[in-house]
Amino acid sequence: MRPDALAALRIETQVHEAVERLELPFNALGLDPYGISKKYLERFFTVLAIAYRYYFSVRARGVEHVPPRGRAMLVGNHSGGIPIDATMVIACCLLEGDPPRLAQGMVERFLNRFPVASLWASRTGQFTGSPEHAERLLNDDRLLLVFPEGSRGTAKLFRDRYSLVHFGSGFMRLALKTRAPIVPFVVLGASEAFPTVVNAYRLGRVLGIPYVPIVPYGLPIALPVKVEIEFGAPLHFTGTGNEDDAVVAGYVDQVKSTLSEMLDRGARRRRGEPVAESA
Amino acid sequence: MKVLIPGAAGAMGRKLSFRLTREGHEVIGIDRRPWSEAPIEFYQVDVRKRAAEEVFRKRRPQAVVHMATVTSLAVPGEEHRSQINVGGTRAVFEHAQAFGVEHCVFVGRHTFYGAGPDLPLFHTEDEPPLELDRFPELADLVAADLYAAMALWRFPEVTTTVLRVCYTLGPTGHGTLAAFLGGRHVPLVFGFDPLFQFLHEDDFIDAIALTLAKRPRGVFNVAGPQALPLSSLVREAGRVPVPLPEFLATAWRGRFGLPKLAIGAISHLKYPVVVDARAFREHTGFLHNHDELETVRAFRQAFVLPL
Repeated sequence: MRPDALAALRIETQVHEAVERLELPFNALGLDPYGISKKYLERFFTVLAIAYRYYFSVRARGVEHVPPRGRAMLVGNHSGGIPIDATMVIACCLLEGDPPRLAQGMVERFLNRFPVASLWASRTGQFTGSPEHAERLLNDDRLLLVFPEGSRGTAKLFRDRYSLVHFGSGFMRLALKTRAPIVPFVVLGASEAFPTVVNAYRLGRVLGIPYVPIVPYGLPIALPVKVEIEFGAPLHFTGTGNEDDAVVAGYVDQVKSTLSEMLDRGARRRRGEPVAESA
Repeated sequence: MKVLIPGAAGAMGRKLSFRLTREGHEVIGIDRRPWSEAPIEFYQVDVRKRAAEEVFRKRRPQAVVHMATVTSLAVPGEEHRSQINVGGTRAVFEHAQAFGVEHCVFVGRHTFYGAGPDLPLFHTEDEPPLELDRFPELADLVAADLYAAMALWRFPEVTTTVLRVCYTLGPTGHGTLAAFLGGRHVPLVFGFDPLFQFLHEDDFIDAIALTLAKRPRGVFNVAGPQALPLSSLVREAGRVPVPLPEFLATAWRGRFGLPKLAIGAISHLKYPVVVDARAFREHTGFLHNHDELETVRAFRQAFVLPL
């Protein structure tokens, strides 16, 4: 057998083992109460794992900051016209987490309207980003993946790749209400992999999606660029979720500035500049 | 306790009648449909007619379980369906108030919440009914549900329980879901596979009996084991799932041996209707005895398809 075929086989075995170790309440058919399916997870993660290992050659730091069990909210920066960052973080939590964990993203609303996409998102636990879903998953001690920049984040152009746009405050109120720790993370390289130069909003409206990112080389394909993921130490905020907007905005700023520092450090490291490793 | 069951001659009404009689209750049934050799005191009358009022007046039940609603995802062939559902519910609650009924239970459906791409996966009782514009055939059931809930403030002296029960499934082969799964081939919409939530018939009867015993006041979702994707449900039921592109699934309803469906039901083949039934469990202590796989198997064994 050719070595790459062997590698693919090894990946399937690894993914299978990781899915088996997931601490989710699967029934005899391998389905959990949300309809998450082991069979679908295995296929989904096999594809992701190949991209993770060989296409984007993801390097992850600080995976130990992801709590091994219990509720937590992964909060990070969005970039790159397509959610490479989200899928690679989801892959990271399963492949490198010990025990493996299923990160459940909060998906843009439009996805659920499309056949096949709706099915795969449902069976792999990637539900529409609504406060109801987020709160239920956290109360069920799941690992939630949140990009407070939303689709404004993936709409970032290549030149803005290391910046952050406006953060919503909903995630913070939820974290306070459900007493979920926030695990900050940054993804670097997603924007180099999918360097958007302009977004076609009108074409997006026609297709029923927020926008269509256009890359200089024309084809909507991600480039094989090295992607880095870094998780920071969990941030704990205490409260009820009913605080004044100003109070919540203060907490949001703390998260944002943590991410901003991590991004700056990561960007310098990527440029080969010396970086003082901290935290 | 003296319990009156409008809709007693239906499959679930009969089961409930037997069960309550066995528990030592005095059961009185009324229904438009006949029930020959009924083992309970039975009146074949329409719940909206004066004769039904007479049963309330003469027999003075302490509790009423209103099951006389027409429910089906099929084309509404039944005439005056909304009159039966809404008019009947009105009659039941007004008689209940007029003749001193202590506890009135409305047995409604979880399809109240509707199915659509933007709805949350689990519905709680405080949600309004949405997506009605896609499925106008369900409007009468939604109206009956909301009308029943109005009794909570209109008739505070009557303890009112509005139940929104998920599909029932089991050996009688009765009900909306069983009818959908009745044939050999069951249509799916290609690229979608919504969760379907169902409860074993016997667990459903348990839930009603518990409601009568505990008399919880308010609106409650009723469900048992976890939901299953439609394709798994169809396979476990020994049927053949036939994924069709949406336009064919819509065009071929009721043809080629596929089940008859209202056009609005297509959205229920694309998106799930799943309820959060924690409040009911907390108020009544209800626990299901049959898990989702046992329940499908019970249906499958009772309705084996000929080879």
